[in-house]
Amino acid sequence: MTEAAHSEHRDDYGAKLGMWLFLVTEINLFGGLFIAYAYMRNKYPEGFHHGGSQLNATLGVTNTVVLLTSSLTAVLALWAIQQGKAKLSKQLLTATVLFGLVFLVIKTVEWSAKIHHGIYPNSEHLATLPHGEQIFYGLYFTMTGLHGVHVVVGMLVLSVIARMVGQSKITRDQHVVLENGALYWHLVDVVWIFLLPLFYLAA
Amino acid sequence: MSELSANSPATTVEHPSIGTFIRVWLALVALTGVLVLLSHLGPKAAVWGLLVVSPFKAALVFYYFMHLKYEGPLLKATMLVALGTLLIFLTLLFADVAFA
Repeated sequence: MTEAAHSEHRDDYGAKLGMWLFLVTEINLFGGLFIAYAYMRNKYPEGFHHGGSQLNATLGVTNTVVLLTSSLTAVLALWAIQQGKAKLSKQLLTATVLFGLVFLVIKTVEWSAKIHHGIYPNSEHLATLPHGEQIFYGLYFTMTGLHGVHVVVGMLVLSVIARMVGQSKITRDQHVVLENGALYWHLVDVVWIFLLPLFYLAA
Repeated sequence: MSELSANSPATTVEHPSIGTFIRVWLALVALTGVLVLLSHLGPKAAVWGLLVVSPFKAALVFYYFMHLKYEGPLLKATMLVALGTLLIFLTLLFADVAFA
């Protein structure tokens, strides 16, 4: 066999470009929902104002700090592997996943309170609310729910990556998988940066 | 060949210091505080926060945490095209609503 057949094909830049293109599709996915929000808010300002005042802003802000901190640990995990500190990188990735878990727990508390008050998609109580408020809660559950799914996927991806770091499959010289996983997690953070004011602070 | 592609100039990026990331994180938390403050000042201030502070926070994450600052023009252009497309959609939407 030739030497070329033995060597592993690697295209780190191509892998990263592919990830960015995927992130563009994600931006357009959430962007479409942001546009829907802008249109509906313009049409039903009263309903959105009342709906927003019923949400727990303290939980929303707390979750923002949690996600921002998780983004810091994610980028530091990449920095650590670039410095050859695999153990530290794995610990930082684990911390990122745990922050994601804290985010989901807080989100569950928030959703549970709403469900307890009879506010959930297609509920009888929701149907009695003004039309604008129904649309506000429809967008709230859709956008925060879709974001929550992305948090779960990100946690799974970063858990696998942390395991790969532990098995030395991701190293100082070969870390594009970690870089791409961190990129995904940061985008999840960026989406929440907009969801906080949309629903909790400026509705 | 494979060695060449793995170590192409495009992948050899500058590594920012740990201090840079911590400063960016502190700025992001502080800007979240500004958003909360603006929301207490009234609906107009809150909307200005949404339109100005939030995109600035997102830019910090893109630029530093996602390393866009240290990437080549192709990745930067990819992002600009995506954000530009969204901006065009938003402009068309509000133009449509305003003249409906």
